Amino acid sequence: MLTAIKNFFKSFFLIELFRGMALTGRYAFARKITVQFPEEKTPLSPRFRGLHALRRYPNGEERCIACKLCEAVCPALAITIESELREDNTRRTTRYDIDLTKCIYCGLCEESCPVDSIVETQILEYHGEKRGDLYFTKDMLLAVGDRYEAQIAETKAADAPYR
Amino acid sequence: MLGRGEHAEITAFVGQTVNSELSGNMIDLCPVGALTSKPFRYSARTWELSRRKSISPHDSVGANLMVQVKGHRVMRVLPFENEAINECWLSDKDRFSYEALNSSERLTKPMIKQDGQWHEVDWHTALAYVTQGLSKIKQSHGAASIGALASPHSTVEELHLWQQLARGIGTENIDFRLRQSDFSETLPTAPWLGMPIAALSNLDSALVVGALLCSDHPLFAARLRQAAKAGAQIHLLHAIDDDALIPTAQRLVAAPSAWLEELAGVAVALAQASNLAVPKAFNGVTPSAAARKIATQLGLPQLGAQRAILLGNAVVQHPDFSLLYAAAQWIARHTGATLGFLTEAANTIGAHLVGAVPRAGGLSAAEMFKQPRKAYLLFNVEAEYDTANPAQACAALAQAEMVVSLSTFKHGLEYADVVLPVAAFTETAGTLINAQGTVQSFNGVVQALGEARPGWKILTVLGQLLELPGFAYETAEAVRATALEGIEITARLSNCSQSAPSLKLKLSDRPALQTGDMVLERLPEVSIYHADPLVRRAESLQLTRTAQAASRVSLPAKLFDQLGLVAGDAVRVRQGESVVTMPAVRDARLPETVARVPAATHASAQLGSLFGELRIEKA
Repeated sequence: MLTAIKNFFKSFFLIELFRGMALTGRYAFARKITVQFPEEKTPLSPRFRGLHALRRYPNGEERCIACKLCEAVCPALAITIESELREDNTRRTTRYDIDLTKCIYCGLCEESCPVDSIVETQILEYHGEKRGDLYFTKDMLLAVGDRYEAQIAETKAADAPYR
Repeated sequence: MLGRGEHAEITAFVGQTVNSELSGNMIDLCPVGALTSKPFRYSARTWELSRRKSISPHDSVGANLMVQVKGHRVMRVLPFENEAINECWLSDKDRFSYEALNSSERLTKPMIKQDGQWHEVDWHTALAYVTQGLSKIKQSHGAASIGALASPHSTVEELHLWQQLARGIGTENIDFRLRQSDFSETLPTAPWLGMPIAALSNLDSALVVGALLCSDHPLFAARLRQAAKAGAQIHLLHAIDDDALIPTAQRLVAAPSAWLEELAGVAVALAQASNLAVPKAFNGVTPSAAARKIATQLGLPQLGAQRAILLGNAVVQHPDFSLLYAAAQWIARHTGATLGFLTEAANTIGAHLVGAVPRAGGLSAAEMFKQPRKAYLLFNVEAEYDTANPAQACAALAQAEMVVSLSTFKHGLEYADVVLPVAAFTETAGTLINAQGTVQSFNGVVQALGEARPGWKILTVLGQLLELPGFAYETAEAVRATALEGIEITARLSNCSQSAPSLKLKLSDRPALQTGDMVLERLPEVSIYHADPLVRRAESLQLTRTAQAASRVSLPAKLFDQLGLVAGDAVRVRQGESVVTMPAVRDARLPETVARVPAATHASAQLGSLFGELRIEKA
């Protein structure tokens, strides 16, 4: 009986509504967390796993030695490598392809690489207009690496103390 | 070992190379993987490769292979251990011949020649062309004007269908003994090793006739070397005193035409030593000192001694094959030795068993070329290289109205009218029977290249198109079952010569060699890396010293100096009417009357018979 009267007054004075509106009001006047994406960006961890890149040594020599560990470890079978004996008697890739439509961005390739050649960069804004556009070949991956080398080196350095 | 510390490098001795027919085994033996296979190196990682079993189609050992495949490409070949056959070894031929599988010379589409131009066609057109052409020739010239030749490296299935097809068309002209020249020994049985392969390692003494062991039979040579190391007495008879890499007891070095006399010498010495009646035909033969030693050693009565007389390829290819055979058999019989053949090809025995030889009324391989036919069917036969007399064979093929060539490689385009692409051994299921009579089946390990198809399939379809009975096969297993049905292999293996009792010798009616006139006898040799279509196209094998040396003519020291040559000078080699110019080298190990021009090479393809006289002139 008593609870029924209590409930009657609660609903009669719209207390629940005001409580709800108070929450809405609090957020309405609070500081916004929305990021205006193209203009503003969220901070990224140095361990962020975005677009892949193949790196070079400072002297311009490609790092990849075609050990094929990344190909072996890749759970999505997205990497295809073919190798040969280059003229200077070193083993190099003749083909290094990553199918980004297959890739699950797990980062195992980067983990497995003994020479820090394949890395996942901080780049996340890329797209393909056709399906084939996301099939990255060795030249494309090296080009990404060349272009963002400074950034890659920086994130690697930032993460180094924790590895 | 060159260099010190981190600059240390392992190399061959300065200026030398590792030049062995078994060199590839070092790769397997190296415990740390420091010695690698150059053709394979860096092209794939082991975990990417699927391992599939196969059988080597190169020599009569039938070595068990582990073919490693990536995608649909053979990446490398390793030995598969089989104590009874190849132990854990492979010859370089077996190991590196896979390079030819993807060579640019592979035939990938059926082709037809029209007005001298080659056109790529589909299978239907090509097979229809073949059936029409064959029936036309059969109608106008009779079935006997068709000759069918197959390579002894083909599988049992292919050879069975091949002879069924030829006999279905109505011709008995079918043969696989392409390099043989004396067919008077008509064997109902298949000549074989006479003992298990493993028994070669346990021999106490052996006389090996007409085999360049290292190059003809690398793995048999390795077995004999084991035996020799354990104290066996190995005697060799050949036309060159080369380093056999086997501790040999006695060497008989004689020109091929004198082999029979040498064997007779051994027989006579044996008869004298053990008080036997000398075979009548051998009267008047005086054995040499070495022959006497061999005879005493072989004739020594000793309980449980394992002895063997082994006949090599050159004996089988010899114009006096049946006589050599009979002489060897006499010696074997009176010394208690096992007579064995180091058979030439991967499936020589299989071919005998399925009956890929002419029966009554048929022509043998040599006769088919001597009496040219109107049409030839060739199965993986490269006439310039694989036949006893290339010049004659090519002439016969050139005059034929129709030549159908089933081939793995683009070859014979000069004389063929139709070429049909046949899958290589890695691409087809098949069976090979090795020298000891072991039947070994294998499956295809990769897809056939281009539009090439397994030989048994092509022949089945061809048989059906020709409306011949008994060609309704679905699988290679079915063909195999039919081919080997009712064949008691152990009963069919026999080395009992038919002409044994007669022992007639042609010593007197042999035309005496006109020596001094720069006339030499040819050393019967098929270069190891030119012996079959696959190895001829394997790049690395062709780069070996042995393969390079095969394109040179080796002259005995005396003649070489007489002509005033310097190593590498060109000489004209004349055999009958054919002439080729080749660089010459001096070889002091040759007898004075013998010149060495390895067969099956590009240069020697223009020459005549594997045996015979050569005239050498300074070019």
